[in-house]
Amino acid sequence: MAIRQVALAGLSREQLLGMYEEMLLIRRFEEKAAEEYTMGKIGGFMHLYIGQEALGVGAIATLGKEDKVISHYREHGHAISKGIAPRQVMAELFGRIDGCSKGKGGSMHMHDENVGLLGGYAIVGAQIVLACGLAFAAKYQNQNHLIMTFFGDGAVDEGAFHEGLNLASLWKLPVVYICENNQYSMGMSVEKAWSVPDLKDRAAAYAMPYEKVDGMDLIAVYEACKRATERARSGEGPTLLECITYRFRGHSMADPASYRPRDEVDRWRASQDPIPLYLEKLREAKAIKEEEIKAIEDRVDRVVQDAVEFADASPEPPLEELYTDVMVGDANAISWRYPRQ
Amino acid sequence: MRTITYRDALREAMREEMRRDERVFILGEDVVGYGGTYAVTKDLDKEFGEKRVLDTPLAEEVITATAIGAAMGGLRPIAELMTMNFSLLASDQIVNTAAKAHYMFGGQTRIPLVIRMPAGGGAQRGAQHSQSFESWYAHVPGLKVVMPATPYDAKGMLKSAVRDDDPVLFIEHELLYGIKGEVPDEDEEYLVPLDRGTVRREGSDVSLITFSRMAHICLQAAEELAKEGIEAEVVDMRSIRPLDLDLALDSVKKTNRAIIVEEGWKYYGTGQGIASLIYEYAFDWMDAPIQHVSGADVPMPYAKNLERASLPVRSDVMQAVRAIVPQKARA
Repeated sequence: MAIRQVALAGLSREQLLGMYEEMLLIRRFEEKAAEEYTMGKIGGFMHLYIGQEALGVGAIATLGKEDKVISHYREHGHAISKGIAPRQVMAELFGRIDGCSKGKGGSMHMHDENVGLLGGYAIVGAQIVLACGLAFAAKYQNQNHLIMTFFGDGAVDEGAFHEGLNLASLWKLPVVYICENNQYSMGMSVEKAWSVPDLKDRAAAYAMPYEKVDGMDLIAVYEACKRATERARSGEGPTLLECITYRFRGHSMADPASYRPRDEVDRWRASQDPIPLYLEKLREAKAIKEEEIKAIEDRVDRVVQDAVEFADASPEPPLEELYTDVMVGDANAISWRYPRQ
Repeated sequence: MRTITYRDALREAMREEMRRDERVFILGEDVVGYGGTYAVTKDLDKEFGEKRVLDTPLAEEVITATAIGAAMGGLRPIAELMTMNFSLLASDQIVNTAAKAHYMFGGQTRIPLVIRMPAGGGAQRGAQHSQSFESWYAHVPGLKVVMPATPYDAKGMLKSAVRDDDPVLFIEHELLYGIKGEVPDEDEEYLVPLDRGTVRREGSDVSLITFSRMAHICLQAAEELAKEGIEAEVVDMRSIRPLDLDLALDSVKKTNRAIIVEEGWKYYGTGQGIASLIYEYAFDWMDAPIQHVSGADVPMPYAKNLERASLPVRSDVMQAVRAIVPQKARA
């Protein structure tokens, strides 16, 4: 089964191993970030992606460098996967000048024009409608790239979801919509929030192709995204993918997630962790050697350690940064434009 | 110079900018064919086609977000919202995305966006269609909020707004579309800056600080007051963010008296903001307390007489002037 799936995905051994390393990197990176958060090096809200790594890695692996990703506030994984250096992501978490957003965005607002990660947005569902504009711009300028948009199950109940999907479908925009259904919007379970059990019916309302995907299975995510990206590239318009996943931790660092039954959490962690599941597949397919596993782990640990050291050594933004970037050309903050006589 | 309407001036601005720059496009409800609720975009689709003039579903959030996303993607969108009242449905995108992206992403993202929207009262459109929310948006760092009063400014400022690299909320007063004024010939290039107000009438006794339709009311009041020997200076701020505070302060330092005239509600709004800045930076020049003429603190009534009573008129301005300009100043 697994071998067949790997064969179907048409990926090279190098690519397959690269995806394993990326998932592991995101996992270790965030475990380290959680530690630093506890020690007070990272502040504010921090939402970890732990448990959902197969989604970001499997989906973004189907993209080219020119394709854009637009994401939610749980976006560290997407940022690393799309190519922002872990150093810059960690420095952003530390609120330092070498962060990808100069320390002004923080955990929820990773951004890098150069790699095409066009932001984590912390207003639920905002990116669903913004994707329409980015995709429209691509189409208008005859650029062939597409926009991959991640959002959680909570965002589906926002008005933005309906407005965005309607327009994307109507205008046949090159968007891949990925609902990361981790089954809880903060503490609200999806059963309590959704009037229909899955997104199939909502996709039908906008005549949008839909697939339900096992979000813990990297290869399944990759293959579904491959189909959706090909559809977008060939001008057939958007696709909605509902990927069933689970966050192993609480909503944010501040959330012990006591609303979830203990056995449910244990069950997912024990049997559905995307990283060991994928490793098992690689082993079954004889795509990985035991010594490679160790080498990958060592490499990942070094990258994470380096990221933390880099972040810690990076200076805080100079105070002049307070007033830069409010507007292009740094105009507009009246209180410092007019010094008291 | 020719005399054309405010509406035609706006259309010319868009036409010229679309001819100049392929990246400029228009989107909104009924902007094709119908030409927008106030016929401002009428016939632009005939010249530029439906690739560049696009009808959208009636959905303000996605109209605005599509414009923001397109701006991020390298275009220069002009979004038309049917009225400012509906902008509240898009206000999340305006405030949380358009105003923040440049700052929150460390200066990487630019949102060269214009959102045009009619606002204001006076046409018996009732409480939900007669509002002035400029102070809500002007409160937010990262946005530009402009409110031209004349056809000349409407054209020149819209052209500037299209070329500006920041998100600009371009607020048109519903009762101004039909007014006429002098505008240079079409394709005779001129721009009006978005960060400079203008003195519409010179005066020495009191400064009337205002914007949008109220600039006209103030000019009428000033003409009446002149008959009583009071010379009022009319300062049209044109943009309320950025605010040309120097212009207002210079005027107040000359006349030593200030009256702020706006259509919006009195409390916690634009007028109070300007008054506070004048006190902060020009208190020593003031010979009288600042007066603030504003719309009545009520939801807009439909009945003609009540609506009239709720909007500032010439006599309100004159009354405020007489309250702070001493007799001896009157010839």
